[in-house]
This record gives sequence, C-alpha cells and structure tokens, in this order.
Amino acid sequence: MVEYEPVIGMEVHVELQTQSKMFCGCKVEFGGEPNTRCCPVCLGLPGSLPVVNKRAIELMTKTALALNCSIASQSIFHRKNYYYPDLPKNYQISQYDNPLGSNGYVEISAGGRHKKIAIRRVHMEEDAGKLLHQEGNKSHVDYNRSGVPLMEIVTMNPPPPGLDQIESAEEAREYLQRLRQILLYLGVSDVKMEEGSMRCEPNISIKPKGQVEFGTKTEIKNLNSFRAVYMGVEYELKRQEKVLRAGGRVVQETRRWDDSRSVTASMRSKEVEQEYRYFPEPDLVPMIFNDEWIDELHSTIPELPLEKINRFIESYSLPQADAEVLADTPELADFYDNCAKCSKDPKAVANWVTGEFLRLINATGTPVDATKLTPEHICSLLDLIDKGTINRNIAKTVFEEMFNSGKLPADIVKEKSLEQVTDTGAIEAAVDKVIAAHSAEVDRFRAGEEKLIGFFVGQVMRESKGKANPGVVNKLLKSKLAG
Amino acid sequence: MADRLYELTAHELSDLIKSKQASAVEVAQSFVDRIDAVDERVKSYVTTTPELAIEQAKAVDDAIAHGEELGPLAGVPGAIKDNMNTRGVLTTCSSKILYNYKPIYNAAVVDRLATERVVTVGKTNLDEFAMGSSTENSGFFVTHNPWNLDKVPGGSSGGSAAAVAADECAFALGSDTGGSIRQPASFCGVVGMKPTYGRVSRYGLIAFASSLDQIGPLTKDVTDCALVMNAISGKDPCDATSLDVPVPDFTKSLVDNVKGLKIGVPKEFFAQGTDPDVEKAVREAIELLTSLGAEYKDTSMRSAGYGLPVYYIIAPAECSSNLARFDGVRYGLRSKDSSDVISMFNKTREEGFGAEVKQRIMIGTYALSAGYYDAYYLKAQKVRTLLRGEFEKAFEEFDVLITPTSPTVAFGIGELADDPFAMKLADVCTIPVNLAGIPAISLPCGYKNGLPIGLQIMAKGLDEETLLRVAYTFEQHTDYHKNKPKL
Repeated sequence: MVEYEPVIGMEVHVELQTQSKMFCGCKVEFGGEPNTRCCPVCLGLPGSLPVVNKRAIELMTKTALALNCSIASQSIFHRKNYYYPDLPKNYQISQYDNPLGSNGYVEISAGGRHKKIAIRRVHMEEDAGKLLHQEGNKSHVDYNRSGVPLMEIVTMNPPPPGLDQIESAEEAREYLQRLRQILLYLGVSDVKMEEGSMRCEPNISIKPKGQVEFGTKTEIKNLNSFRAVYMGVEYELKRQEKVLRAGGRVVQETRRWDDSRSVTASMRSKEVEQEYRYFPEPDLVPMIFNDEWIDELHSTIPELPLEKINRFIESYSLPQADAEVLADTPELADFYDNCAKCSKDPKAVANWVTGEFLRLINATGTPVDATKLTPEHICSLLDLIDKGTINRNIAKTVFEEMFNSGKLPADIVKEKSLEQVTDTGAIEAAVDKVIAAHSAEVDRFRAGEEKLIGFFVGQVMRESKGKANPGVVNKLLKSKLAG
Repeated sequence: MADRLYELTAHELSDLIKSKQASAVEVAQSFVDRIDAVDERVKSYVTTTPELAIEQAKAVDDAIAHGEELGPLAGVPGAIKDNMNTRGVLTTCSSKILYNYKPIYNAAVVDRLATERVVTVGKTNLDEFAMGSSTENSGFFVTHNPWNLDKVPGGSSGGSAAAVAADECAFALGSDTGGSIRQPASFCGVVGMKPTYGRVSRYGLIAFASSLDQIGPLTKDVTDCALVMNAISGKDPCDATSLDVPVPDFTKSLVDNVKGLKIGVPKEFFAQGTDPDVEKAVREAIELLTSLGAEYKDTSMRSAGYGLPVYYIIAPAECSSNLARFDGVRYGLRSKDSSDVISMFNKTREEGFGAEVKQRIMIGTYALSAGYYDAYYLKAQKVRTLLRGEFEKAFEEFDVLITPTSPTVAFGIGELADDPFAMKLADVCTIPVNLAGIPAISLPCGYKNGLPIGLQIMAKGLDEETLLRVAYTFEQHTDYHKNKPKL
C-alpha cells in the first residue's frame, strides 16, 4: 500500500500592536462602535494617500530579525488588486516580490524531535474591514479594522538545506505556539487567536512518500485556537488520505474548520488561480534600510524563549519541563528569574512558582505582572521552611495568604501563630491524648494494621492545628504505639 | 471703482485689494457676475459657489480692516478643477459615478489656497477623471473654447483653462498627467505650468495615474503663475511622494534676462502631424529669445517618440487600480436593483463610467495581468527609465528644451470624436515631461485662425525657476498674454 507524507505550509497573519494604523493616524484598538476609528485614508476615500507607519516597520523588522530572517536593504509595497466590499480601495497595499524579511526559521521541538522550520518571508500589509451580515439580505461594513498593520509570516516548502518543514499536526501546533511565544516576548502583538490578532491559515497536501512533486493543496480557515489548528490539520490530512485511497482526487479549495462538529467543509474552490495584478504601489516610495538602523533594532531584541529555557536549565539546573512552563510568557519568566536570583535553591523556587503560584494565578485570573508577590516573598518563605519555622503544609497556607494580602510570610506566621511546634513535650501531650481517645485503633495497629499510622499522624496534626513538626510526630507515635 | 475687475490678473487684483481701491467683495462679485454672463456659452464650471465666494471675500475685507498682514493672493478669485476635494462642495471628476459626491476633507492644495485667503468661485469641468484632451469626455457636458465656441478648450483641465481665458476667475488649478494643464493652456491662450513631480502635494487630488499626476496653476500671465506656485508648493507629510526640498520664492525668478541661456530644440517634438503654422510660431519664439541673448541648438531625443505608447500602458495600469474604489459601496452612484454585491459593483461601474474611462480601465487591467505584465507594464517602465535618462543627459547640455505644447491649435468639438488616435496625438509633446517627472510651462506665442498657439518650455527636475525666468522674459517682449477672446 502507498504510504503518504504530508506537506504543511503555514501562513500566519499577526496584527501589530502599534498606536496608529499602517498608513494613517487612526487609533488601533479592538472593538469600538462601528466606523468610529476611520479617516479618509483607511476609508479609501477618493484622493487620500497612504503614509507608512514607521513604528510598524520597526516592529516588523524586529520580528523578522528574531525569526532569523535577512532584511532587505530596499523593500517596496505592491498593490494587490481584488474586489471585496470590506476592502475600501478594492486593492490591498501589501508586499510582493520584495518583502522586508526573508529566509529565516523558527526552532521547535515536538515528539522529541528538534527542528528548524524554514520561513520563506515576513511581509507587511494592511488589514481589511469586517462585513456584518444581517437578516433580510442586508450587509454592513465596519472599517475600524481597515488599515491595521498586519504582518504575514509564511513558511517555506520544501525547506532549503539545513532547515526543516512542518510534517504533522503536532508540529503545526508547536510551530504556532513557538511563534506566538516569540511575538509575545518581542511585545509586537497581543497575539490573541480568539480576537483574531493572530490568524493562522495552514495549507495542506499529501503525496506518496519520496515523491518530489507536491499534491493538490487545500487551505483551512477559521482556526481560532491551537487546539483547532491541531485538530483541523489532523482532520484534513486524514480526509485527503481517505480521498486518495478511494481513488478520488483532492480539489484545490479553501475549507472552513467547523469547531463544533470537528470537521472541515468546503468554502470555495481555488481551482482558478486568483489574478491579483500586483504592481508597485505608486503612492509610496521605496523603503531603504541601512545596517546601522538594523543593528540598533537588533540590540532591542530581548532574550527569546528558547535561549531563556536553555539558560534556566543550565543556570538553575531545572528539568526541561519546568523550564518550559516558566518560560511560557515573558512576565512569568521574569518573575521566576528574579526569585531564583535571590534564592539559594532555584529548583525549590521553580516548584513553588510552577505549583502554588500558577495555581493561584489561574484560580484568581490575576495577570502575572499584577501579582502582589515579590521575589522577597518567595525567598523568605523558603527561608522559613528551611529554618524549620513552618512546615510545608503550613507554608501552602502562608503562600495563599501572602498571595492574597501581599503581607510578608514572617508577618503572617507571627500574626496567626503558625510556627511549627518542635517542642517534644507539647507534641507528646497531643500524642498521648490521641492514643487515649482511640483505643480501638490502637489495638488494630498493634495487631498488625500498620497503615493506621497515617490516621494517628492526622489526628495529632489536627490536635496541633497543623503546626506540629511531622517528623517528631511520627517518631513519637511509633515509639508510643510500639509500647 | 473700475468696472471689469474680472479682466485683471491676480497680482493686479491683489494690489487693488490691498490698497483698498477695491474690496474683495467687489472683486468676488465682479467674477460672480462674469460667470453669470458668459458661462452659459463657455460652460467652464460643473459647480459654482457664489455664496461661498462672497463669504470668503467678506472675511478678507474684515481682515484688511483689522490691519492683518495678508499674502499676495488674499481675496483673489480662483477656480479649482473638479478632481480636487473641496469639503462640503460637490467634487465629481465630471463623472456620473461621483455625481453627488461631497467630500469630508479638503485637498492639500485647497487648504493651502484657503490659508492664502483665496476666494474660490467654483469647480471646473474636465474630461471624466482627467482622461482626455478636449473635455468632450466629461460625463456632464462639453466646455467651449472662449476664442471660438465651436472649438474644444483642450483637456483634461479644459474647464480651468477656459475659465481663466474667459475671465471667469483670476486663476485656476489644474492637474496634469500627460499634458492636462499645458495643452488646454495652449488651446485657450493662457499660462499653464506642470511642476516637478512631488513639488505640489497630491493629497486630495482624485488620482488618475499616481506616478504621473501633478497639480499646477493656470494663469493669465507668468507673474501669476509664480504667485500660485509659491502658494501651493512644498512638502506635505500626507503625501509620501511629495519632495522634502526647500521651496524658493518663485517671484524672484521674474527677471527679464536670458543671456547665455542654452536652449535645446529636440526635433522629435516637431514630428509629422505638427501644424506648420505652429512650428513657425515656436521657431519665431526661439528666435526672439536668441535675439535677447540665448543660444539655441537643434538636438534629438530618440526615446521621446516612445512617450505615447509608454504612457498608454502606465497611465491606464495605474488608473485601473485607482478607479477600483468606485464601486457603489461607500459613496457616489450606486446602481439600483442589484441582487448581490458583485452585480452591484458591475452595474454601478457600467452605469457610472463613460466609454473613455472604461477603455482605459480595460487596457490597464490587461497590461497588469499575469502573462502580460512583463511584456507591457514592465517593458513600459524600462522605456520610462530610458526616457528619464535621456532627459537628464539633455539637461547636462541645455538649460531648457523648447517645443510646441501641442502639434495643433484647438480642434473642433466633435471633429476628432471618431479618431481617438489623432486625439491622443494632441498630447505627444507633453507626455514625455510627465514620464520624466520634470517641470514644464506653456504660454501663448501666436495664433492661427484666431486660435492661440502654445510654447512649451521644459527644464530639469526642480528647476521651475529657470522656466519662470525664460517665460517671463518672453512675456516682457510680447503681447500675447494681453489679448483676450471676444465673448
């Protein structure tokens, strides 16, 4: 039986987080009353002219550099001509054969394999408006989004020597997550897939293993989460294989992912190559990039996720999994980094941050950079545990309290008298009391039902309001029960 | 106060207003009355704005009464070609597709004129979307040449040229994509300048061909041309193609001196089809300048002959994209009874655009299509580069090049209707200037059968000063600019 291999290309659109739109001064903001963030330029009114937003070009160049692209010394805009009511000029200012960034890669590791996914191009364009369909054959257009700076990042299939391509749904998702993370670190976009500030359109084909020529591809739209990307790609690969195995042929088309039914369905055929009549935008002049400017931008690129993960592993002896969790967002990574720096035990810090801290962050919906906790909180809590002032269980209580109130752990311990009791006399009294009160269990224990030790420890801890040193409790119980 | 104020030049009117010999309102009223008297026959205007003009004039008079320092165009009535946006005032491009369009913003030049306190009397007729050489392609009506009402005024700024020639305004703004200021200036016996590409902001000029369009003045004499150039020139942050270079005071170039000036006369601009009387008048003009101390030499510019075909690829290509936005969705004409959006697009454009515009959109769409792009658009751009280089070389040797503006004088209305190619030949001398992006001026240099002949002077990029100096010198030694058509 023929074995098939997939070819997966990823086209990702990212709205850049600039103050103003790509070619005019209108504000970039999600939402807003329809058609309130527009001007003659982004409405494409007759006579209006575009002016390039320098900040958008900076953010995009920074991204291209972070994606290991080479930057064109000169780049121009083209007009992409097509008629659609959400496109006010009926052409989109975009880039064609002279993109700003080209030939880069994104590093991923999926299924235990490390890969460098080849990027063909990174280019700049303007977003279109939004159509709002109403019942009764009526449609409205909202141009608030029209002209928002949009960055397009396209992978390269087949990849050049030394680089790789995406070959599974898992890799597609991983690529997208890595890309999103890099963009977050760069601070160029809020990359919200649900709000559409990051949009992903994979194109998918399969071919008999080893065949050079690509199969017919389909493009999937409406993938609004990483999960959808994974499932959509997976579904489409299987669907195409089924079609071919049944002796059919894959139709070149755009398919829409239906999240509720978990299927892709045909949207429109792309059998006829769309004719965009690209030509250089005569209203704009070429952009010239000198090395100095590029170097300057390069120097503003922060430590990126992969570098950060590797540093965490090396400097703080963290396991890969912990390092990845901690590097998930720049805010969390910075928080951990600062805590680890002030602590003697970065691994213990990592446990607390990935454990209690993230649990509380998620439970309360607090953004990491809005937490009341400081590295000082975490480090002095670890100190209290180290010194035996509190035990680990009490420490969890203290953690939650300081997370909520922002009080320092020592103060909380003092206020609530949570110090660990290590005084053997006090514990002994509690042990005696428990033993006296549970003679039946004592008999069963002595008859060989040793797992009851847990019950006794629990009872003693309860008696001491959790403050007893568990080691001492254990020791005393064992000797007394044995007696 | 003197009657017939409308016959005066802008600078003469300015002197009267400033010295309080005439109020701005009197001046404005004089032009409003003049328009009432003659525009029925000339038909220069698509829209007149008499109330606005009087209101603006009153403000100028108030300012003068308050002792405010005003510029040289304050209170001077001007007209604006109807492809430049005027806030709240119809801006139609003489197209049915924009028959009801009132812009929400002013073109940069309109704002600049407002800053100078120019009084605006109306919006002038043009060939639809500036595509044509006679205003016969206007979607509304034909403008008549004031020198002979059976003749065309030229185009596409025919309304502006006729309005200046008929004293329906003191000056007008036109736009020039392939000769659309200079050729009508020539046909109507007025002064018209196409500035260097990028000298004047295009913001708010409804684009025909973005890489060729340039706004410029149509005036009664060279002095007025310099004054209007001073008002409208300069970098505009809203137009990325406008040039960030200092703007000289153009009135300083109004000097009667051409001693040592090197004139080149490229023979390709006197090719077959040039009216011998036109050639004679132009040669006589060159002789006059020579007699005043200039030197001239015949020369050749081989690629100039390719100007027309190159233009008729590039301009339609750009227009096919620029005019795509007129689809009935947001403004202007929307065809009724469409069942879906595609048919609304199609029917709106079918009903809204005239034949010439449709033809150019189709040519341009074709030239940009895959498989034809390299053979047409790209090839045309290459020839354009060659042509530009040839002009640069010529200006290493010459200060100016002198040619006819048009091979002929104004032709009859309807005369060339069945001969579109002959019509396009009317622009053969002006088109290379737009392709090269250089400045050129047209001014009257003779008559044939009572119709004005135009002299075209070209200079290297950003050297409008030399153009003005040569034109001013010529004007000082001739009387053509003083003659007026009898209406």
